[in-house]
Amino acid sequence: MALFEAQNLRKRFGARVVLENISLSIEDGTVHGIMGPNGAGKTTCFHVLTGHHAPDAGRITFAGRDITGKKPHQIARMGISRSFQIMNLFDDTVVIENVILALPEFRSSGLNPIRDVFGNTALIDRALAVLDQVGLAHRAWEKAAALPYGERRALEIAVALAPEPRIVFLDEPTSGLGTDATRALADLIRDLRNRYTICLIEHDMRFLFDLADRISVIHWGQVIDENTPANLRANKWVARSALGEVA
Amino acid sequence: MPMITLSDIPARGGSPFTPAMGVFLLALSTAPFSLPAVGLYQYLGIEVAIWLIVALGFNLLFGYIGLHSFGHGAYLGIGAYAFGLFQQEIAVSLWGGLLAAISAATIAGGIVAAFISHRRGIYYALMTIAFGQIFWFCAIKLHGVTGGEDGLLGIPRPDFVLGPIRFSLADNTSLYWFSAVLLALVAIGLWRLVNAPFGRVLQAIRQNETRARFVGYDVWRIKWLTFTLSAAFAGLAGGLFSMAQESAYPDVMSLHQSGLIVMMILVGGGLVSFWGPVLGVILYFVARDVIGGITETWLLWFGLMFVIMVMSRPEGIAGLIHVARTRLGHAPAGRSAPKPTEV
Repeated sequence: MALFEAQNLRKRFGARVVLENISLSIEDGTVHGIMGPNGAGKTTCFHVLTGHHAPDAGRITFAGRDITGKKPHQIARMGISRSFQIMNLFDDTVVIENVILALPEFRSSGLNPIRDVFGNTALIDRALAVLDQVGLAHRAWEKAAALPYGERRALEIAVALAPEPRIVFLDEPTSGLGTDATRALADLIRDLRNRYTICLIEHDMRFLFDLADRISVIHWGQVIDENTPANLRANKWVARSALGEVA
Repeated sequence: MPMITLSDIPARGGSPFTPAMGVFLLALSTAPFSLPAVGLYQYLGIEVAIWLIVALGFNLLFGYIGLHSFGHGAYLGIGAYAFGLFQQEIAVSLWGGLLAAISAATIAGGIVAAFISHRRGIYYALMTIAFGQIFWFCAIKLHGVTGGEDGLLGIPRPDFVLGPIRFSLADNTSLYWFSAVLLALVAIGLWRLVNAPFGRVLQAIRQNETRARFVGYDVWRIKWLTFTLSAAFAGLAGGLFSMAQESAYPDVMSLHQSGLIVMMILVGGGLVSFWGPVLGVILYFVARDVIGGITETWLLWFGLMFVIMVMSRPEGIAGLIHVARTRLGHAPAGRSAPKPTEV
């Protein structure tokens, strides 16, 4: 049974249909890629899957529960995390606080006016462990805004991992990264795939085809194919497109 | 030097009795003696205490969660009217009146917050002005309830009664002590609140509402709660205002008053420090009474000072102090949570 499933999702903004009958199925413990040209509806699809936009029609289930139309904070608390194409961090705070804010044990005391969480070494150790996963433990006490671009991307992933999710959605994680940073990110995702189910949108086809177990191809708001990377190379549209040439 | 924010100030756990709190409480407890000694009057202490309650509560919204309300005078006014109406229509009771003031402002704030909490930025600010003007207009037009433009006059100052303890608040010194105790409780409570996880979450929402939502915070509810809380503090201050003035009138709810609250916080440095609003309120009243004693155009000079401050150091006086302390090596910069070795 799939961990995460979307059936016949539709989304329109005014007269413009952005998603038309999108269906996805993500198996537990796999890396599922989403590819497609600019404007295909990939990011909107992510927004709908993670509650940023409610779908106009269709159904989304996670671990057997219907999560259609749930709000982002409700979806996040169920164990679904995401990163963003455009960096979304708490820039004025230090790196470790970005992670602490996302930890479930901090979140559960977030409205407690009395509890002194910043005096809790267990919480800080837990945040440092998350940062260590993405190689940022040594930057823990620096301001998030001061990190170089590649490390900010890594912090985005750390913030997504901190809530101990079952599935992580990564929206173009290599966007703006150089070759070395992309390679490091690929290694990181390879390491994470043993612990999390991952769904990622990516324009870097080598990166995506190298990592994904299955890939959905979205074009004009529809899934035109879903297959393993090897089989997908045989798809005529993928083969003809620049995406396929790169892959 | 980049602009600093409240998040540059380290979170503090444990006791609220820091050196700054000590200075604040000392100033509060000596004001009845120090004010006359420098040629000022007792009533000024009451005014400062009332506006400090408004400003500290308002900064939860303005500085910490970063929601810009320009209509908060309305909740001060609602508290003042509720206190007055309670005394005149129900019973002469200090606690009943204050409870009515807080309740009325909380309910009004809660209703307004429910309409505006899905917004932020310019739309949020404009809606707070719109609701503030609606309350102000109602205060002027509902003659039968509010007394129209004249307001409610002759509101009594009820006695303080707590078990066997009873004393009159008719003179300004005793009302000052009562206001100062309430202010001290508000300051300690708010200090603890903003240095607890709740305060860090407010600041996270200020920095990035979307990210906060996607790590599991119900941002709408927290924005609603913060607005409602700040309205409740304004309501408490309104009750005290009604006692101090022995009247309640629409001018308290005007856009001008709401703007003054914002100005006090910005000049003092509420965007940077918990104590910013305290500095801003004190500076405003010193300007009014000291510069006002020299020239009638004191507000012009205060306005000019505001313009210069915003242009040169938008973090206000508290920001200046923080930068000075950082340069002298007394304040940690750019760090929010304690390192493990410091815990």
